[in-house]
Amino acid sequence: MSGSVKRNRKEKVVRVGLTVTAFLSLLVSILIVLSLVFEAWTFIEGISLGWLWGDQWAPPFNEYDLKTPIVGSLIVTGIAMVVAGPIGLASAVYLSEYAKPKTRKWLKPILEVLAGIPSVVLGFFALRWVTPNIVQQINPDAPGFTLAAAGIGVGILTIPLIASVSEDALAAVPTSLREASAGLGAKRVTTTIKITIPAAISGLVAAFIIGISRAIGETMVVFLAAGGGGNQAQFTASVFDSGTVVTAAMAATTAPSDRLSEGVALQSLYFLGLFLFVITLLLNLVADRFVRRVRLVY
Amino acid sequence: MKLTTLNNGAEYARNRTAQDLHGSKFDYSGIIFRISLLIGLGLGILILGAVLWDVIGDGTGYLFNRGWDFITGNASSRASSYGIFEGLRGTFWIGVFVIVFSFPLGIGAAIYLEEYARDTRLTRFIELNIRNLAGVPSVVYGVLGLAIFVRALDGFYPNSIEKHLGSTTAAAGSTLAILVLPIVIITAAEAIRAVPQSLREGGFGVGATKWEVIRHHVLPYAAPGIFTGTLLSLARALGEAAPLILVGGVLGSLGPKSSLFEIEQLGERFTAMPLMITQLAKKPAFIGDWNSATAGAILVLLVVVIFANLVAILLRNHYEKKRS
Repeated sequence: MSGSVKRNRKEKVVRVGLTVTAFLSLLVSILIVLSLVFEAWTFIEGISLGWLWGDQWAPPFNEYDLKTPIVGSLIVTGIAMVVAGPIGLASAVYLSEYAKPKTRKWLKPILEVLAGIPSVVLGFFALRWVTPNIVQQINPDAPGFTLAAAGIGVGILTIPLIASVSEDALAAVPTSLREASAGLGAKRVTTTIKITIPAAISGLVAAFIIGISRAIGETMVVFLAAGGGGNQAQFTASVFDSGTVVTAAMAATTAPSDRLSEGVALQSLYFLGLFLFVITLLLNLVADRFVRRVRLVY
Repeated sequence: MKLTTLNNGAEYARNRTAQDLHGSKFDYSGIIFRISLLIGLGLGILILGAVLWDVIGDGTGYLFNRGWDFITGNASSRASSYGIFEGLRGTFWIGVFVIVFSFPLGIGAAIYLEEYARDTRLTRFIELNIRNLAGVPSVVYGVLGLAIFVRALDGFYPNSIEKHLGSTTAAAGSTLAILVLPIVIITAAEAIRAVPQSLREGGFGVGATKWEVIRHHVLPYAAPGIFTGTLLSLARALGEAAPLILVGGVLGSLGPKSSLFEIEQLGERFTAMPLMITQLAKKPAFIGDWNSATAGAILVLLVVVIFANLVAILLRNHYEKKRS
């Protein structure tokens, strides 16, 4: 064993190096939290709290009406889930319970390609195709930028995510359960609705929560299709109005436009960022709990 | 009377049993359920088709008309002479940053978590933390980039009056490298976890050290899975726009043209394909042919991103089939 000293040293070096890389992720989290908290605090200190309630989100004019981006986010996420929930779930059930292996083999990659389409592309699609062909067909008076178009665009983006997480949950249900049900004479629909779906329910709930978290965090579709790119948005509760959401409002503060945000106005993005970070973190933690429950049962 | 009822009852039972055994000729609820599932799935595929059709139909004609000029030209105020070279250059350098930083760091972390770390509370916390980082919205990484990288790089130019000098290609690349790091770790860890234990035992059995086992047994077996994951995360990074806007990416032209490989541009302001598309998409469609120019730019980005995705998916399917 002549090289053993050298080998041992190498082992140690590799081990230390790898440990450092693993802890890097912790460092990233800490940096995210620190930068968000400190700057958000500076923002709160720099404004008077009354500015947080009004009728528009417009940092250059020191108007930071919080309900404008938050209600916008709720509307967009709601529409997105109405679009993505049923389509994603139906795709997952079909792929997992009905499709033959051969069909599955070419259907699944199609959904995965959909997952790989960059969000700017869907933003352009929502603006130039969804707006005239869907939104303005439903409501002919709708303007060129609407929260509805953005919601549909975000929904399209969320479909593959919901489909893939739901499919994983359904695949985790043991075949023996389905066989037992079939053995009792149940039809395939009955087995699927009464046995497989209830057995996978926590995974399916997780899929929806992850979908919501993804929809809230989506920026570019809203930035392009809802007119969220401007650094000023009026409060609205109508889906057929232009508006902004938390993420797009953040991007708009740094996007080059006629009215740049500086000083406190620029710091408003950290405040929104902190809000967004906390919401998505909570959603992801809850989803994680649900996913783990499926693993514990089977 | 009683007898007939009994007779009827027996007959009913016989018929019912026969029907249940053979099944009715048409399983209406089953067919309806199946059709509604197919409609759901069909809508998903139809939408994908609509997106691609919309872009490809418009973009290919434009690309054919413009040819190389579109790829090698600079941004311009006219749709007929617009070029995407600056965007391609930025996207190229972002890709370099992701490959140079995220891949080794991510794979390293995955090896540590799967092969070295014991199942302690700290390890589980790190794993949970990584899963959560993967779910953090991309704009939030932009905030991190703005607060850390841009500010740190601003420090290089303390005497300058001009603002946001830290908003450079280097800041953008680092931000996106961090954005995809958790995805690289998760996919690489999954690939390493799928390596059969017997392979490791075989290595230890002939006296190999831990690192030798990992290097010569575990990693080669996990390589296709790791490669798939890294390719997917690269595609993700190249398509991101939101963090780049926060880091201070330029939504227009950068000015004088420099070549693709000049290292100096790491310290200069940047733009990227997704940012150019954002800017193009925001132009009023009724003036000039901006719609086609946007579709052309999207087509170029899609070719890169979808190609990376497809290769990754096909590779994974190939190895899954081979090993099962």
